[in-house]
Amino acid sequence: MNKNSSPIINLEKITFGYPGGPTVIDKLDMKFYQGDQTGLIAPNGSGKTTLFHIIMGLIKPSDGKMEIFGKPAIKEEEFSNIRGKIGLLFQDADDQLFCPTVLEDVAFGPLNMGKSKEEAIDISRKTLDSLGLAGFEDRITYKLSGGEKRLVSLATLLSMKPEILLLDEPLTGLDTETRLKLIDILPNLDLSYILISHEIDFLTATTKQIYTMKDGKILLDDQSYIHKHEHVHQFGRIPHKHN
Amino acid sequence: MISEPFVIEKSRINRVNPTTRVVFATAYSFIVALSYRFPSLFTAVFLSGLMVCLSGLNLFAVAKRLAVVNGLILFIWLILPFTYSGEPVLDIGPFAITRPGIILSAQITLKSNAILLAVIALISSMSLVTLGHALSRLRIPEKIVFLFLMTVRYIFVIESEYLRLVRAMKIRSFKPGTNMHTYKTYAYLIGMIFVRASARAQRVHQAMMCRGFKGKFYSLYKFSSTRLSWIFSTVMTASLIGLVFLEIV
Repeated sequence: MNKNSSPIINLEKITFGYPGGPTVIDKLDMKFYQGDQTGLIAPNGSGKTTLFHIIMGLIKPSDGKMEIFGKPAIKEEEFSNIRGKIGLLFQDADDQLFCPTVLEDVAFGPLNMGKSKEEAIDISRKTLDSLGLAGFEDRITYKLSGGEKRLVSLATLLSMKPEILLLDEPLTGLDTETRLKLIDILPNLDLSYILISHEIDFLTATTKQIYTMKDGKILLDDQSYIHKHEHVHQFGRIPHKHN
Repeated sequence: MISEPFVIEKSRINRVNPTTRVVFATAYSFIVALSYRFPSLFTAVFLSGLMVCLSGLNLFAVAKRLAVVNGLILFIWLILPFTYSGEPVLDIGPFAITRPGIILSAQITLKSNAILLAVIALISSMSLVTLGHALSRLRIPEKIVFLFLMTVRYIFVIESEYLRLVRAMKIRSFKPGTNMHTYKTYAYLIGMIFVRASARAQRVHQAMMCRGFKGKFYSLYKFSSTRLSWIFSTVMTASLIGLVFLEIV
């Protein structure tokens, strides 16, 4: 972690609860620095996805302060600038891919950012190539396989040239081959990212540090670090400790 | 599942510009629908059959599609000749078959078959996505085109959600009957599909916002006009003029 520079995402005492429900995020503090590749492992319902949606401005926290790229992020206009620089990969690829063809979907982001058609097509082709998806341009998005959908979703984010990626359980429903591909791709992207996953082996292979969430807070102290070593045993998916 | 049985990528008709095909299919349908004379109607059926043959489609699949529509037309033949007022041709008990009734039924049969065959040959032979792009090239308002493409995209997702719910009902041995339990279960099923579709719509919108969506859509596709497109346009224009000529003169 590069503590010398200021954090690119800085959350202070962020609080959020769904209407009529318990508080999901409770006075959460988080600092995320340029170059960080962070894993987040925690039980279902502990607020991981909610945290991502708060960072993207999709839901508004009821309390707390948020600074992204050194600027306060509260209003919708502020978020629309931020969103170009942070790519959020949704849990379900069907939510992300809405254009009929792969090329249009990958080009959607660049076009929204004011690129010309030619530029957008060029960027999209290069992004697809870099992910080993050359030749997918005219494929129909809803006819892709689960693994292909996930990789194309990643391409739609990368074509916007983001500075940070937020990946929400990118492994769900993937076969071994695509998993290995992702493990190969992610650390080599040269990007900062936060990765939610339940799979400790995947996190150790792709991230530099792993945090967990409890009672609506992120736990950063060494005590709560879940494994830093790779190991296999029963119930290894569930957060646990070794003495 | 929406299947596209007539979409054969390498078929002859798919070398003709999709936009041109939409334009001529529309013009042709209007002219045939507004024709009443038998010479022009029979010519139209012949021309449509020719289009299907030349387009390189699976003739058996076309016949199957045609059978469905003609099943409906059969009902017209069972009702119209008996109920339309006019000069009777044949008396069957208390009922009379009228001459104008037969003529009208025959016109309807010829018109629908001619239009259907032409639309199968020219439009069903392109994928729904291509049709969307062709409509946008024709300057159909982009919101309508987008609505069409989004429907095509998400009807598959909604269908798979529907199938999941039906499966969940089946594995708990749900057997539909004529009782309150069945009505209630179906109401839940439909309600649940709406709830899920709306939740899905919200997530898709969020994903679009995350990628900087500002309310504008872009179409990237251009269609090239091959030599075959020009030949097609010329022949179609001549056929349309011919049909109008047969109808008026």
